[in-house]
Amino acid sequence: MTNPEGADAAEPAADSTADSAAQEDAVASEANAESAAAVTMTSEDAAPGEILLRVTDLKKHFPVTKGVLKRQVAAVKAVDGLDFDVRAGETLGVVGESGCGKSTMGRLITRLLEPTHGTIEFEGRDISHLGTAGMRPLRRDVQMIFQDPYSSLNPRHPVGAIVSAPFKLQGVRPEGGVKKEVQRLLEVVGLNPEHYNRYPHEFSGGQRQRIGIARALALKPKLVVADEPVSALDVSIQAQVVNLLDDLQGELGLTYVIIAHDLSVIRHVSDRIAVMYLGKLVELTDRQSLYDGAMHPYSKALLSAVPVPDPRGKAQRGEDRILLQGDVPSPLNPPSGCRFHTRCWKATRVCKNEEPPLLQLRTGHQVACHHPENHEDQRPEDTELLSVAEKTADELDSERSAIEQRDREAVGKP
Amino acid sequence: MTDLSKTGTAPGEPTDERSPAGEHYLDVRDLVIHFPTDDGIVKSVDGLSFQLEKGKTLGIVGESGSGKSVTSLGIMGLHTVGQYGRQRARISGEIWLDGRELLHADPGEVRKLRGREMSMIFQDPLSALHPYFTIGKQIVEAYRIHNDVDKKVARRRAIEMLDRVGIPQPDQRVDSYPHEFSGGMRQRAMIAMSLVNNPELLIADEPTTALDVTVQAQILDLIRDLQKEFGSAVIVITHDLGVVAELADDILVMYGGRCVERGSADKVFYEPQHPYTWGLLGSMPRIDRDRTDRLNPVQGSPPSLINIPDGCAFHPRCPYADVPKGDVTRTERPELREVGSGHFSACHLPREDRERIWNEEIKPKL
Amino acid sequence: MDRATAGPRAVLTYLIRRLFAAAVMLVVIVLAVFSIFFLIPKWTGVDPATMYVGKQSDAQALEGIREKLSLDEPVLVQLFEFFKGIFFGRDYVGGGTSLHCDAPCFGYSFKTEQLIWPVLTDRLPVTFGLAVGAAVIWLIIGLSAGVVSALRRGSLWDRASMTLALGGVSLPIYFTGLISLAVFSYQLGWVSNEYTPMEESFTDWFSGMILPWVTLAFLFGAMYARLTRATMLEVMGEDYIRTARAKGVREPVVIRKHAMRSTMTPIITLLGVDLGMLMGNAILTETTFSLPGLGQAVLDAIGERDLPLILGVTLITATAVVLANLVVDILYSVIDPRVRLA
Repeated sequence: MTNPEGADAAEPAADSTADSAAQEDAVASEANAESAAAVTMTSEDAAPGEILLRVTDLKKHFPVTKGVLKRQVAAVKAVDGLDFDVRAGETLGVVGESGCGKSTMGRLITRLLEPTHGTIEFEGRDISHLGTAGMRPLRRDVQMIFQDPYSSLNPRHPVGAIVSAPFKLQGVRPEGGVKKEVQRLLEVVGLNPEHYNRYPHEFSGGQRQRIGIARALALKPKLVVADEPVSALDVSIQAQVVNLLDDLQGELGLTYVIIAHDLSVIRHVSDRIAVMYLGKLVELTDRQSLYDGAMHPYSKALLSAVPVPDPRGKAQRGEDRILLQGDVPSPLNPPSGCRFHTRCWKATRVCKNEEPPLLQLRTGHQVACHHPENHEDQRPEDTELLSVAEKTADELDSERSAIEQRDREAVGKP
Repeated sequence: MTDLSKTGTAPGEPTDERSPAGEHYLDVRDLVIHFPTDDGIVKSVDGLSFQLEKGKTLGIVGESGSGKSVTSLGIMGLHTVGQYGRQRARISGEIWLDGRELLHADPGEVRKLRGREMSMIFQDPLSALHPYFTIGKQIVEAYRIHNDVDKKVARRRAIEMLDRVGIPQPDQRVDSYPHEFSGGMRQRAMIAMSLVNNPELLIADEPTTALDVTVQAQILDLIRDLQKEFGSAVIVITHDLGVVAELADDILVMYGGRCVERGSADKVFYEPQHPYTWGLLGSMPRIDRDRTDRLNPVQGSPPSLINIPDGCAFHPRCPYADVPKGDVTRTERPELREVGSGHFSACHLPREDRERIWNEEIKPKL
Repeated sequence: MDRATAGPRAVLTYLIRRLFAAAVMLVVIVLAVFSIFFLIPKWTGVDPATMYVGKQSDAQALEGIREKLSLDEPVLVQLFEFFKGIFFGRDYVGGGTSLHCDAPCFGYSFKTEQLIWPVLTDRLPVTFGLAVGAAVIWLIIGLSAGVVSALRRGSLWDRASMTLALGGVSLPIYFTGLISLAVFSYQLGWVSNEYTPMEESFTDWFSGMILPWVTLAFLFGAMYARLTRATMLEVMGEDYIRTARAKGVREPVVIRKHAMRSTMTPIITLLGVDLGMLMGNAILTETTFSLPGLGQAVLDAIGERDLPLILGVTLITATAVVLANLVVDILYSVIDPRVRLA
């Protein structure tokens, strides 16, 4: 084997897939082992419960350009004003449907993306706009696990090289040598240490995800951000990986931010849960309060929509189920006021005109809603239901279009 | 409209040999579907039998590579269409639909049944709909293949179906292309297309896997309503135990191309008799209750379909493979045996061991 | 939800915009060619006037030609005169002679003193006939061979036609052309080896064009067969083909209606590119078969440094390529509704 470890950094990102390029970025970029070696992390570990990561008014807008001159015509507001903390030792679960910005959020807090606005503080230090060099020491503390175990590993590098890449990039000499440490890591994530020289394609999906986890853990990070870590895996494999993440947290005292669309997985792994909708946080609370007493109508609908593996409770659930109308609107042109008002059964005029702030309505339970469930109304004076008004408008609309259609047909055949 | 032609017996159908199999609306007997490849024969389905009546829903559950999708395409006869030479799948067994055997019938006759008597909904509606034709055109085509009507009538029927599946302003949306629809709308259109000929058998292959949770709830609700309305037999294929629990009357659990357990949803969820089913249930994080302890997943990975283990296909992953005497689990393929009324399981574990393990070791941890 | 389908109005706006862009493009090409042919001789110290008059020129004749062609005027004026000629025609007066050149005037040949435009219009039909005929043949043969190969993948037919296609891609035109000329025309005498204009005798014209068509089509048809096969194989594996079958659509209809339409998209893209590349191959073909087309004209012109003729041919082929690409883009949007004309 000809020193594949060293090749990792030199390899241009262009020939690996986007995810694997991003991952290499996450490990470090254009690593200069000499200079990185000089950095020794001196900051003390945050005690459990202390704030490890703080996000304030975080925004990420992707410009939509048009024409040769790349004139900006619009912006996809993927993340549009988030405030939250992650405490040391906890697992923060982030849920939401497609287009809610949860993955963008993950890439922002690991600084694979630069925020358009707002600040990200890690251990009290503002990292929002640090450059590659400034981020390098932080790459040891913040790691990411990606969704797709097939595209996030470079197919041309053996597992040993993939898992040891962070050492090379950061210029770290683990005790007992790189190879020994890599084999220990492989064992920790439940892989055979003898498979050091095998290539990713020789492993199954679940095993690849374990390789990704081993790589993320190599530098003993403090914060691990996992973006849909199990959604590409089969049920039984998914459970193995969930257990592994669980065990590792206990053993290594990790802090997790786990992003997922599967509310059952999120319930199982999280201490606190953030619910996102169209780039906004709508609810942030601990697991128990969310699953027992969600306050935001969207959270409530989302929870009730999940199919439950319990056929005997089917009839009861059918009655309780809240069926939302339509799909999630486009983040290119999100609705005014409360972004959920177009699908909400409680929406009133104030919801359309005024954006509800994220308020702490109970201890540790933040909600952004004018008319929360399981809590007193924030805007009791506003009672006229919007959905009724909208429905009438819709009916008028379809009547009008029916008439137009008829006219068009009448013109068509003279 | 289509009923007239359905009752008539078309030439080439095996009319004289009324098998007792014809008693059930759908009766799949010992179905084998193998695909020859350069690496060996992929045994996707390896001796599968089940029955389904009209008005009932069967859920086929399994992980990727268990053969569940291959089974559904096999019933539709889609493994042999347009396949030539060495790529052709090797299929044996019998598939009886409403008293007719399909596997040995004239392919032309089976084609006439597709889309009319039996139809299918696919996982990803964006790739399953042709990107170059409007939704309306695609539904009109599905209708006119089996009904001798002009385009205007068919178009009215398409609009009617779009309206039925809950697409707003169907008279306008009928002229939209698939890419102009949202994910949920596309799946609704797909459902409208598959139901346009009032089929009596509807196969839904992972119908909600590509959709968001809130949209999934809408589509599951729609499928349930439509089944009530049309009274068809439905097969739902999914990896999501939640989805089968919502829809299915009966559940069939597949592993390595074979059925390991089959029975009513109630039996399979509350009194499962196969260690693989236990593993599936133990793997699931629950949305409806707190499970603070660890999950209890099946260890290891699914088998390669080219090299299915001898004996019980599940034995290398089964924690109880050594409980039965001798090496029967490694050498002998377990038969599907009735373990309760309408409840079948293919496992070598003696009954008393099975019940003890379930009651003492598995159930308390779920 | 936005409706992406473009109305007739959008198509018209698009057309106007594209035509405008095409015109700009052509002007740029004229400028480039003009500077190559008129300025470079000047900078290198060669007097363009000598090219017209020839080696044994006397000063008076040179002076006359300069005046006649406005060679003594500033470059910009010359350029203006050139453009004016294209749109309004121009008169060459000087040296005691005068020559009127109707619009579109591309000047006159250094060598033959003939006007360029009539030469072009005379030769264009030959090249056009060669290109269109060959394109029809290669599309028919390439597409059908590719489709059949894809549907019967691994069959004897598939292997045989793909081997032939490999030959078509790798063998140069002058090789296949000369061999076929030797065999079918000189040896067997089945077809004519001379060009006859269509107006004189259609059958003779056809007989004379068959070999050039087939030779040119062999090269391109091979590429199209390979592309069609690959695309068709991919398309037949698409989910929507499975859906069509699940609806009960007959297999021939699945192939014709559902699969072919998707297969056409990359083929049309390639066609747009190939129309530009065709010229080079047409020159070879015309030379091999002695066809009096544009290709041969330009080859002769290059040999004799007949700059106005080269300029004329360049402009006319550039126009053809630009127009062909416009047609391809419109076709593209007709086939694939996801492509917006904007």
